[in-house]
Amino acid sequence: MTVHRIEILTAPRHPDPGGSSLLKRILRFSDVPLRELRICAVYSFDGAAIPAGGGLNPSDGELDPEALRTLGEELFADPVLHQTFVNGEALEHAGFDWYVEVGFLPGVTDNVGRTAQESLECRLGRPLNEGHHVHTATGHFLTGALTRGQVEALAEAWLANPLIHQIRVIGKKDLRAGLKTLFRLPRVDLRHPIRVERFSAAGPDALLALSDERVLALSRIEAEAMVEYYARPDVVAARRAEGLGAEATDVELEVIAQTWSEHCKHKIFNAEVVYTDPTGQSETIHSLYKTYIQGATKAVREALGEADWCLSVFKDNAGVVKFDEQWSLVYKVETHNSPSALDPYGGALTGIVGVNRDPFGTGRGAQLIFNTDVFCFASPFHDEPLPPRLLHPRRIYEGVRLGVEHGGNKSGVPTVNGSLTFHEGFLGKPLVFCGTGALMPAEVADRPGHEKWIHPGDRIVMVGGRIGADGIHGATFSSLELSESSPATAVQIGDPIVQKKMFDFLLQARERNLYNAITDNGAGGLSSSVGEMAQLSGGAALHLDWAPVKYPGLQPWEIFISEAQERMTLAVPPEKLEALLALSRRMEVESTDLGEFNDSGMLKAFYKDQVVALLEMDFLHHGVPVMKLEARWRSPEPADPGPLPEGDLTPLLQRLLGRLNICSKETIVRQYDHEVQGASVVKPLTGAEDDGPSDAAVLRPVLDSRRGVAVAHGICPRYSELDTYHMAACAVDEAVRSIVATGGDPDRIAGLDNFCWCDPVPSPTNPDAEYKMAQLVRAVRAVHDVAVAYGVPLISGKDSMKNDYVHAGKRISIPPTLLFSALGIVEDIGRVVTMDLKAPGDRVYLVGRTRAELGASELLAELGLRGGNVPTVETAGALKSYRALHRAILAETVRSAHDCSDGGLAVALAESAFAGGYGMALELGDLAAAEGLDPTTLLFSETPSRLVVSVPEPRREAFEETMRAIPCHLLGVVTAEPRLVIHDTGAPGSNLWINASLAELKRSWQHTLKDL
Amino acid sequence: MKTLILSGLGANCEKETAHSCRKAGAPRDSVNVIHINELYFGDLELGDYHFLILIGGFLDGDDLGGARACANRFRYRPLPSGGTFLERLEDFVSQGRLVLGICNGFQLLSRLGLLFRDYASEQPAAGQPAAGLHRSGQPEEGQRGSGNDGGRVTLTTNANGRFEDRWVRLRGDGASPCVFTRGIERIELPVRHGEGRMVGEHPGVLSRLVESKLVPLRYCLPDGTPTEEYPGNPNGSPFGIASLCNPQGTVMGLMPHPEAFNHYTNHPRWTRRPPGGQDGETGEDGDGLLLFRNAYAHLRGMGG
Repeated sequence: MTVHRIEILTAPRHPDPGGSSLLKRILRFSDVPLRELRICAVYSFDGAAIPAGGGLNPSDGELDPEALRTLGEELFADPVLHQTFVNGEALEHAGFDWYVEVGFLPGVTDNVGRTAQESLECRLGRPLNEGHHVHTATGHFLTGALTRGQVEALAEAWLANPLIHQIRVIGKKDLRAGLKTLFRLPRVDLRHPIRVERFSAAGPDALLALSDERVLALSRIEAEAMVEYYARPDVVAARRAEGLGAEATDVELEVIAQTWSEHCKHKIFNAEVVYTDPTGQSETIHSLYKTYIQGATKAVREALGEADWCLSVFKDNAGVVKFDEQWSLVYKVETHNSPSALDPYGGALTGIVGVNRDPFGTGRGAQLIFNTDVFCFASPFHDEPLPPRLLHPRRIYEGVRLGVEHGGNKSGVPTVNGSLTFHEGFLGKPLVFCGTGALMPAEVADRPGHEKWIHPGDRIVMVGGRIGADGIHGATFSSLELSESSPATAVQIGDPIVQKKMFDFLLQARERNLYNAITDNGAGGLSSSVGEMAQLSGGAALHLDWAPVKYPGLQPWEIFISEAQERMTLAVPPEKLEALLALSRRMEVESTDLGEFNDSGMLKAFYKDQVVALLEMDFLHHGVPVMKLEARWRSPEPADPGPLPEGDLTPLLQRLLGRLNICSKETIVRQYDHEVQGASVVKPLTGAEDDGPSDAAVLRPVLDSRRGVAVAHGICPRYSELDTYHMAACAVDEAVRSIVATGGDPDRIAGLDNFCWCDPVPSPTNPDAEYKMAQLVRAVRAVHDVAVAYGVPLISGKDSMKNDYVHAGKRISIPPTLLFSALGIVEDIGRVVTMDLKAPGDRVYLVGRTRAELGASELLAELGLRGGNVPTVETAGALKSYRALHRAILAETVRSAHDCSDGGLAVALAESAFAGGYGMALELGDLAAAEGLDPTTLLFSETPSRLVVSVPEPRREAFEETMRAIPCHLLGVVTAEPRLVIHDTGAPGSNLWINASLAELKRSWQHTLKDL
Repeated sequence: MKTLILSGLGANCEKETAHSCRKAGAPRDSVNVIHINELYFGDLELGDYHFLILIGGFLDGDDLGGARACANRFRYRPLPSGGTFLERLEDFVSQGRLVLGICNGFQLLSRLGLLFRDYASEQPAAGQPAAGLHRSGQPEEGQRGSGNDGGRVTLTTNANGRFEDRWVRLRGDGASPCVFTRGIERIELPVRHGEGRMVGEHPGVLSRLVESKLVPLRYCLPDGTPTEEYPGNPNGSPFGIASLCNPQGTVMGLMPHPEAFNHYTNHPRWTRRPPGGQDGETGEDGDGLLLFRNAYAHLRGMGG
């Protein structure tokens, strides 16, 4: 093997912004004598890769260095900016003290390498020799008096992730040994024989031992169910007829484990739960999911009757609702927590491109129109030692941000809504929620676009990327807690461009009606996509050896369950197969016939014509035993937080505005493209200087129509400290009120529930599992209760139940978290409102009652206090407020509306003011008296269902008339002077509560995350 | 009068660009969105079109730098009918047909050398581009001076090293030959890029481009002064250069996205002002359509 390298450096006379911004970040957080950092791009390949006849004619696998340099100049270097070096020359040329090269480990997806290879092949006019690839790496030239140890630490902390990267640290001295031997190519070399292992399924203990060894995450009752299945005489007979013995094959074990994983089967949500309240009273719930989630939607749809706008819920990859006569809306939100904990960049990127495939794989396909992102992290300023295997929260923040930037931006899908929530519990596992909305034609080829079907005889066609060892055991892995020995292969790196090419092809295939059904290959890979689709026909038989692989040496079970990215599975009528494959070739997307769907009642897999798996469909999909769980609730002890600050509350407001959960997230928001597709109506940032925090995003998905869709979410994990019922109720309310604040119709909102929990299954390291389960029961009930009260159908959702980190018997658990995502219909985009104050003289109102609800609030957290009442939702009153406010907005009596959430009324007022560039003169004494609250509680209580609204003076009467029966209090007036001034009363000498310039307030709000 | 929008392989603004063309007066059914692979597998004839738009996006993921891999494709991959797409494009341009490169499309034009030949040395210099410029500190090494050497220019990583989405103010050069920006004095548009900073191979080349009126749009402050300062200038491009055109004015590349301001509600502050765009034709149009209108007016004038 002769390594050929092309090294591209920015010429010294040009700045290197990539290097300097990395240097700046490193120096901000670590004290190292690093003076300069410059980056170079490295492309390498084996001399034997070069095909004959490409004009290069290597002799003995050695290329002429000048020919190599010319290739670099032609394909990779910018003639204005770059210098091209080959075979390590860059190290001789550049000034540096240390050189750190970061390449990929064998088998890790190298997106840039793939693109570089395409360019090289264009230039050569032919493909590289079989089995060869272009590999890329990033070189870092460091200047400064660093020790090798410091460089190595810096490389692991800032430049590379040892889980996916190989790092070479080269000092000046090392160069003397010669360059040739320094570099290797990360080639995958799997030399083991291909074989199918067989295991006794005669007793549960052996299966459980296997489960541990192979990361199968099986429980004892599941192992027992398997023992029982393999012992059934009809099963034994059927297996014998196919040449299989009584033993289970590794392929079968793996398929069962994937299909039965918590990730795929949601066993906790479907468990039989005995819930005991503090008085000792018990009740049994048969499936939280069926009782409360499906139950809520059923109740809402029944109440809507003719006006029901749900088209496809709980049965496909994403929920589908009606947009107008021609179009339907599709929405799905997923989590990608465990992979993001290990490799934040790859995990988050795969999260976004992965959830993109869900709406795309719904019905017969849909076009993606927006992404949403919600991240939950520990503080990026965390400065305590970290347990093993955990990455620093700042590293996670940075990696996740970049991963979603690449995943979202490069897919051409605008990122329109999201948030960052901070809590120390997210140190153990960050939460990375990624959502995607899509537009689906109401009809495709004379049938509803949200329907899919499979006839026996339809071909199983896999489309997109090839299969590799990457992403093996993702589903089972995410069904376990994170530990020091979590497997690296669970991490995949998605490629948005490969996926975009596949989507472009599939949309054309849909237009030509070339397939009957489509689904995505996500968790569990082919085993899950084919296994699930086969339910539509009643069985399937596929050939694992027909599947295209990235490199030889994969075992049949690995092919079946690999979660290698960018793949969809189609059901193609046999007479259309040739047309589909031809179109696929033309669009340069790989599509492969893997077998057929049938009605045999069995899932059967072949490898080289040998049957390697034979599983009854019914057993696979319905054989998983129902889990039984105890839930034991204990109410929080009521506690008085103690005396609150009084007097001038301005300094307190400043501090709150700078808190992580309240401060501006502008640096992140700007790095996401939020207006590709040209449909943006309300952007994430709004106001006089485009920097205020919008409540909901609004889009115009059909460019010729004035009908819009509003997108928002609610999330408040802090309240779980007191009562998860109210945590969840507040999240639902926050999503709904954000949509209402922006002009969405409260009677046309659909919701998605994503639960991220800490493990509620008892184990020796998990003593309070029963309490966590009770927390879950309460949260799910709240979602049901509020959704039904508001008439919000739940159209899709997901749960992730193992968000814990365990080390040496110590557990770090996330706070139980519900993300409630909502989409709403906006009849006329011309009437939406934004949150920024618009004009001096406008009147300012507070809509909704305020109660003394400071429990788990941002205020108490800032003050280091505990206790207080948890914020609660009073649905009947809130819904009336929302409907009335919506009428007022439609009547154009409202110029701005902003929801009160973290930090309460004071924060909402400040945000509306500095976003609009106008001040306010307010008197809140009356309101405080009417609500029976002291000033501090009135200003900072987090009672939900409230909005701050501004109304033009001439429309004041009309507004008040519309809001007549609603708690709606006039607070004061918008002023030209840019100050937020809050007095007790209008009387001279009245107590001043807040008095601050907008510039000061805005600085506090913008400062915290500005440099991250 | 036919318009071709090339899509696919990571180009991703086809929907709103086609919509903008139709809104701006493209004849019915004359706007074709076609996948780049049709060049290599189909029978797409560039000569059938009068207006080519290279849209925004991330061609090939920008993996080798903005649009570089697609430039390699257009330069080296043979078409089924022989020759390369770059050769077809050069013919297309020499026939005076219109080419608009937006963002990634601008990067593509630049990598293909369709804008950045040394036009400056063909033109007499006039004016002082640095006069009245909002600039703090000295210009970067490599852009200083006013030597008479020409040379190439390129687009590269923003000065702050980041991709950013933000709206910018732009000032039109009334004396520019550019077909697309005729009559545009000021316009606000969004930028969404990580590689929009222009760099010249030799000192002086960028100022000569400005002097030669080949910079039809520059980032400016609210009062119209061209700026090099963030955030009014999002990428640190010298002289506030946001676009370039060829001396004929028929080929233009720009970093901002006119197609993303296709409706008045696209503007970030539309809820703070009365509806309607600059030309007031329907009251609903966004100002970005002005560039497309100019293109169709030009083509109609040519009898295209």
